[in-house]
Amino acid sequence: MLAVEGVSKRFGGLMAVNNASLSLQPGGIVGLIGPNGAGKTTLFSMISGFVAPSDGRIRFEGTDITGEEPHRRAELGIGRTFQIVQPFAGLTVCENIAVGAYLRHAKRADATAKAREVARRVGLGTELDRPAGGLTVAGRKRLELARALATEPTLLLLDEVLAGLNPSEIRDILPVIRGIRDEGVTILMIEHVMQAVMNLCERVYVLAQGRMIAEGPPAVVCADARVIEAYLGHGAAARLKAEGAAHG
Amino acid sequence: MTVRDLIPIAVLILLAALLPLVVTSSPVLNFLVFMLIVALGAQGWNILGGFGGQFSFGHAAFFGTGAYVTAILQTRYGINAWAGLVLATAAGAAVGWVIGFLSFRSGLRGSYFALVTLAFAEVFRILANAASFTGGAAGLLIKLDVRPANLQFDDRAVFYWLVLALVAAVLLLTRWIQRSRFGAQLVAVRENEDAAKALGVNSLKVKLRAIALSGGVTALSGCLYAQYFLYIDANIAYGSWISVELLLAPIIGGVGTVFGPVVGALTLHGLGELAKQFAGRIPGIDLIVFGGVLVLAVAFARGGILGLLERLRDRGRGMVTRGPKEVSHAGR
Repeated sequence: MLAVEGVSKRFGGLMAVNNASLSLQPGGIVGLIGPNGAGKTTLFSMISGFVAPSDGRIRFEGTDITGEEPHRRAELGIGRTFQIVQPFAGLTVCENIAVGAYLRHAKRADATAKAREVARRVGLGTELDRPAGGLTVAGRKRLELARALATEPTLLLLDEVLAGLNPSEIRDILPVIRGIRDEGVTILMIEHVMQAVMNLCERVYVLAQGRMIAEGPPAVVCADARVIEAYLGHGAAARLKAEGAAHG
Repeated sequence: MTVRDLIPIAVLILLAALLPLVVTSSPVLNFLVFMLIVALGAQGWNILGGFGGQFSFGHAAFFGTGAYVTAILQTRYGINAWAGLVLATAAGAAVGWVIGFLSFRSGLRGSYFALVTLAFAEVFRILANAASFTGGAAGLLIKLDVRPANLQFDDRAVFYWLVLALVAAVLLLTRWIQRSRFGAQLVAVRENEDAAKALGVNSLKVKLRAIALSGGVTALSGCLYAQYFLYIDANIAYGSWISVELLLAPIIGGVGTVFGPVVGALTLHGLGELAKQFAGRIPGIDLIVFGGVLVLAVAFARGGILGLLERLRDRGRGMVTRGPKEVSHAGR
């Protein structure tokens, strides 16, 4: 459903994303991992339309969306969350989610009903009338998720929804993400919490220094020498192997 | 909108409509009419600035356009004053759309947008002052011809009711905005434009709609001003005094609320008049009061008078106080 074809982004002299490609089939959860500064968020911003690629094309369900505005992509069915949560702080939780729901429901009553339903699904059902600015970090992450879900996307881009959560909060939110997948929404997620990646993703892409260096099931990718080197430095894979052999 | 949404508006307007039956003195009615004209223009500002978070420092551009359009149409082309009222409103909306298109499409926000609107108002003022078409520095005088068809009435109370009816109409419009998809999207753009875009909000379109509505309403108030006082010049119609009045009233009353502009205009002009009564010999005493009230509002009543009342009510109920709305758009 989504095809990113040879996309690059240059910020002055810095090649943030360099000829990266990925393709998603409908359904399932795909991970996008990589060390800090690899260009994951930039790639996300290009898919959701906030950053224009310097080169390459992005297709969504067969149509070229490379030049489309972010709001058009949301209409087409691409939802996204932000790594740094962006609540509408002056509004209540329900009003926040309703902004997303208004995309497909013109009437206030319908949008509010949709917002309430989504809030319950992500576990914000009891916080509906609280100001969004007063939520905890975990609450804000859920709100980010709820707002994007309220736009009824077919593809959901999750940018580190687990970052900043403690282990029990992560445990609580994993079933929510699985539930979204089970309803048929395709999910592409940037994630650093490897336990969650192993748990959730059927397939992962690894981005390092702007290049896509590996792709496959998480267990295979994590054993990949290039991936280990990207995270731990040159020669790390060989050292680990040698140590493993010595201990084994 | 539900019936419950409309009750406060109906009550306020009915009470205000009864005033001329009690008060008959001309100076007091003059004051009330002027206050309502300011309130109407401030309601226009509030649509863009309060709900949309786009602070304009140059709403005189719309006020003056409304005043000049109706004055020129009547004095030069003999067009009926009621038609002038409609055309002036449309002209204000068009000017708003154009200024919005030029500045929003270039991505101007916050203080940059404020400065551009100020510049537009000043350019209009200088042009209106120089061109012979607008009567130049001598201004324009609408002929005194007291007939309802000319929007001129024997009884000041009639004009008061007319302005009041329009204020009521804009209160309803504002309430509708608050309850509609357009309003939700507008507020979302105010709170966080990128997040709004990610949720499918066409922020340019939403802001253009807001500035056109805002310009139209404020032009209507300018038109009524010209029609009531029957004289305008560039410094009245496009002067920065009116830009300041129109943004001060909502900020004092409660920015982004339905009643804020009306409450603010009433408070400011009420206090200004009182000050004039007590210290009439000091010129500009009302402006000093305006400044004082603004300082008090910014320091102690963020969210304006209505915001303050809401917080006091919440505290009375022992609820968690809703954070001041300004916090979220102060950074922009």
